[in-house]
Amino acid sequence: MELDSKLAILADAAKYDASCASSGAVRGNSLGGKGVGSTGGMGICHSYAPDGRCISLLKLLLTNLCIYDCHYCINRRSSNVRRAAFTADEVVKLTLDFYKRNYIEGLFLSSGIIRNADYTMEQVIAVARTLREVHDFRGYIHLKTIPEASPELIETAARYADRISINLELPTQKSLDLLAPEKSLVRTQQAMGRIRLKLDEASDRRRNGDKKVRHATGQSTQVIVGADDSTDADFLARSDELYGSYQMRRVYYSAFSPIPEPSRILPLKAPPLIREHRLYQADWLMRFYGFKTSEILSPTMPNLDLELDPKLAWALRNRQDFPVDIQTASREVLLRVPGLGVRNVDRIIQIRRYTRIRQADLLRLRVSLPKVQPFLKTADHNPASYLLDSDALRARFVPKPQQLELFASDEMR
Amino acid sequence: MKCVDPGTDFVSWRDAARVLLEDAVPPNEVLWESSGGLFAAAPTDEQAPVASPIKVPAAFMDLAKSIACHRDPSRWALLYRLLWRITRGGERHLLAIASDPEMAKARQLEKNVHREIHKMHAFVRFKLIDTDADGRERYAAWFEPDHFIVEAAAPFFKKRFANMDWSIFTPKGCAHWNGTALTHTPGIPNNPVENPDALEAAWRTYYRSIFNPARLKVKAMQTEMPKRYWKNLPEADLIEELIGQSQQRVAHMLAEEPRPVKPTPKNAYLDKLRELSAEEQSANRVHEADDPPPGSIPT
Repeated sequence: MELDSKLAILADAAKYDASCASSGAVRGNSLGGKGVGSTGGMGICHSYAPDGRCISLLKLLLTNLCIYDCHYCINRRSSNVRRAAFTADEVVKLTLDFYKRNYIEGLFLSSGIIRNADYTMEQVIAVARTLREVHDFRGYIHLKTIPEASPELIETAARYADRISINLELPTQKSLDLLAPEKSLVRTQQAMGRIRLKLDEASDRRRNGDKKVRHATGQSTQVIVGADDSTDADFLARSDELYGSYQMRRVYYSAFSPIPEPSRILPLKAPPLIREHRLYQADWLMRFYGFKTSEILSPTMPNLDLELDPKLAWALRNRQDFPVDIQTASREVLLRVPGLGVRNVDRIIQIRRYTRIRQADLLRLRVSLPKVQPFLKTADHNPASYLLDSDALRARFVPKPQQLELFASDEMR
Repeated sequence: MKCVDPGTDFVSWRDAARVLLEDAVPPNEVLWESSGGLFAAAPTDEQAPVASPIKVPAAFMDLAKSIACHRDPSRWALLYRLLWRITRGGERHLLAIASDPEMAKARQLEKNVHREIHKMHAFVRFKLIDTDADGRERYAAWFEPDHFIVEAAAPFFKKRFANMDWSIFTPKGCAHWNGTALTHTPGIPNNPVENPDALEAAWRTYYRSIFNPARLKVKAMQTEMPKRYWKNLPEADLIEELIGQSQQRVAHMLAEEPRPVKPTPKNAYLDKLRELSAEEQSANRVHEADDPPPGSIPT
């Protein structure tokens, strides 16, 4: 098979993985080396596809042959998709050729499961080892690992990579049993736990002055949203655990999207993009805004409001806490005001040491006045309490159907 | 009214501003006007000015260095007004007041410049020009930045591509690296490297294949990759075609017959996985009483 056909098949096979981050690596560059590459600082998105997703890494499967039968996956063994396999050298050459032309930040390599977990892992590692040891490649490498692979192999992968990941895919064992019969929540958690210990060890060594340590700095995972009846509460509770117990850098939420090889068990429908967006917003609230999952969702309300962003929805349920005074409220309280993002809250705290903040100041900070006005008291605006009490407050924010936009709120992106 | 030439960059503006500030010339008496040519600014006193008694916060100098790269001709006057207010106007804290109209304007210009540097790092596309006898490769690229950012953006390429030779040509200055020194030359009006690179075909295949037609979000794409960059991106002329075909591709997927489940192949590893799962299940039944059900929200 020609290389171009392989590339088409194995990039198509990899595109359902949402992770694209190329940030968070240890700082390094090619000065004094033999090859190319630098990492550290902000990740760079070198292009964008018309699906709005950034293209940062060369995202490939080493092969789309697979003995697993995950029903949401185009590469499952029951699919009739065209199969292909790269050699390690082909992936190495493509990565270097693309990198030198400044198309990419590095390589994201995953693979279908062939023969068994260890064999598959060894093939993936061979690519990363060649890039690092033969070509002195210092760009970004993200390797997908398999929970059942031996811990030694996963650790070897981590030593060549900047980030490693295991995709959980579904938040409960019940869902996995239904749609991904070969996968196990417990085994995935055990592997993530072992990875976390190794990441901590490497970070300790780095902190103690061992600058030479070459090791991944983080792990991430992905869950598929809308393939089964898992609720948003199921997802957020699982994410809470993943961030807390395994120190995930990111949990990616990937709306289940039609594939050209539908499974009998999993009917196709349009991907729930708004739900995916709301989950990311809720995830942000947990990580950067001090919200607990129990504040965002409850057993009686297990799914996010699709019409309102989760912070606004929370504020409407907790009107007794508003309005707050921009001049005196604590950082924690300001972070909970709908329409204020982390950056603007920090600016406001600086500004108010020297001056009284007015509506025009908020405009110049590019804050959406209609959004904050009911909740925020400024030097020249005291929100009428009847506004907060009124039933019309929700109606004020619910978008009219034709105005419903996926990215209505910029504050949490 | 005093007419002052800011020159073309941060250093020439700084030297001119320092003289004005020491002479206590207020901003409304200065007209910042470029006299054109590259070296038109009368070189200020050769000997570096003696350490000025006027203290300027380092953060302002960083802000000024960025804003100096902006193409807005009013930037020099804005910078001098800010400098005046901070040093002689009794507003030492001005930098902390992001909502001040002039600071807000300054931060906006700074953001434009930083974003353009970031986009240059992202969207420069190198083409292989030749390879010498020792195998060292020489690359070149053409880029059209909105602001005067080439010098600020170039060190990134030096660090990343230290072991290849490269040139980046732009109308607003060019940067060159030969393995030992980073040099800059004046801008040129036209793209000198028009022939496509041999790898562009593979890159376009990748771009076509990584796109998911079921998640069309054209606006999100254009916010991050505005159209003005498209003409120098070898993949961008695929965009229209991909958008145009997406609806049909999705309809096709939805009309597809579901595939039957194929039987499990004979594979020792899959057998082992099933055993492990059975063990986990029985272990789970023992512990079930202690654990909250999966996915439950703690209250």
